[in-house]
Amino acid sequence: MTDFDFGVIWTSLPFLWEGLQLSLWLTFLAVIGGIVLGTLLTLARLSGILPLALIAAGYVNLIRSVPLILVIFWFYFLVPLVLGRPVGSFYSALIAFVLFEAAYYSEIMRAGIQSVAKGQKFAGQSTGLGYWQIQRHIILPQAFRNMIPILVTQGIILFQDTSLVFVVSLRDFMTTSSIVARTEGRLVEMYVFAALVYFVICFTGSVLVKRMRDRMAT
Amino acid sequence: MNYNWNWSVLVTEPYLDWLISGFYWTISVALVAWIFAFSIGCLVGIGRTLPNKFIAGACTCYVELFRNVPLLVQMFLWYFAMPEALPEEWGRWVKRDMPNPEFVTAVIALSLYTASRVAEQVRAGIEAVPKGLAAAAKAHGHGVAQTYRYILLPISLRMVVPPMTSEFLTVFKNSSLALTIGLLELTAQSQQIAEYTFRGFEAFTAATVIYVLIALVATVAM
Repeated sequence: MTDFDFGVIWTSLPFLWEGLQLSLWLTFLAVIGGIVLGTLLTLARLSGILPLALIAAGYVNLIRSVPLILVIFWFYFLVPLVLGRPVGSFYSALIAFVLFEAAYYSEIMRAGIQSVAKGQKFAGQSTGLGYWQIQRHIILPQAFRNMIPILVTQGIILFQDTSLVFVVSLRDFMTTSSIVARTEGRLVEMYVFAALVYFVICFTGSVLVKRMRDRMAT
Repeated sequence: MNYNWNWSVLVTEPYLDWLISGFYWTISVALVAWIFAFSIGCLVGIGRTLPNKFIAGACTCYVELFRNVPLLVQMFLWYFAMPEALPEEWGRWVKRDMPNPEFVTAVIALSLYTASRVAEQVRAGIEAVPKGLAAAAKAHGHGVAQTYRYILLPISLRMVVPPMTSEFLTVFKNSSLALTIGLLELTAQSQQIAEYTFRGFEAFTAATVIYVLIALVATVAM
């Protein structure tokens, strides 16, 4: 057994902190983008306009059957080609995450919207509200409240997923940890430390979700 | 957008062989990992619902530990850190003599991670069985093992088939993470073809279509 040196973590802390900030920032932007696009997809699926609903459903099912890494590769290759200039791995990764997570958020929201009792929609119609007014004032506020815990859980999963930007060498927490691990030759210490940091953040998040659930249940 | 299409690269040698071998490794890793994940996951999921506080606590720790660390970190821990932390002779064996190290490590990491997710589904299924049924079994003089065998498991395992199907599909998708430790599965092969031929569109489309077909077949089969 080689002797372990955890001091290497201390000296590379500023570098790792930059990586962690990038991970959190990417998670934050992807959650916002994913929820916005996911809501649009859900509305399209439930709109009752057949071509729109079919396209949205096709998109969600396509994205949900391919691995995230493949989607990251797709956009790493595609975005510069479409724009005609290099954009850097951050933006192509962000686009990949938003488009990927939107499909999952859309599934969560569809379940949330369908959990709102049918009578609510009829009541809205009978008071003379239009489709968008019913969505905006009656269905979505209630649906959002029901699905907040699941949305946060998906956010935690998304934070874990951001570690996959490692495959395009974007310097998030995972990539910086691995750079330190290799250059310092301290693989065990660094990967155990990375696991610990991810665990603390995600576990804290899941405890918060559990509290939220308990409070909503009462 | 200027792009010269050339779908024929996909059927040219050696790229067709690369795709086929990538497909083979994706399927192998996913299926072997699923068998372990399902077995371990069922045991841990049942364990969490047992009246024995020690077993239930240990199983809860397992689930929380493996669910809250990204699969990529787990993959690296098993591949890079584990051989260093083992006693010297074992570590040397793992590094030098273990057959198919990437495959074995990917299966270990993927099984243990997926098991924690399977365990959650199994636990939710068992807890969804109305309390009166277990109480009735107890009143009949059934022991804990008999209650699980005849009442709780037959009901709950039937209930968890739909979420289990989606976990089964997730194993195929997550097997792509094995590329980070050098296993040339489907995603890695398509990326490699893209790099060699500059035909990213064609290569990634091929991989996407194969993953969609796997998902369709798996959904129909379950």
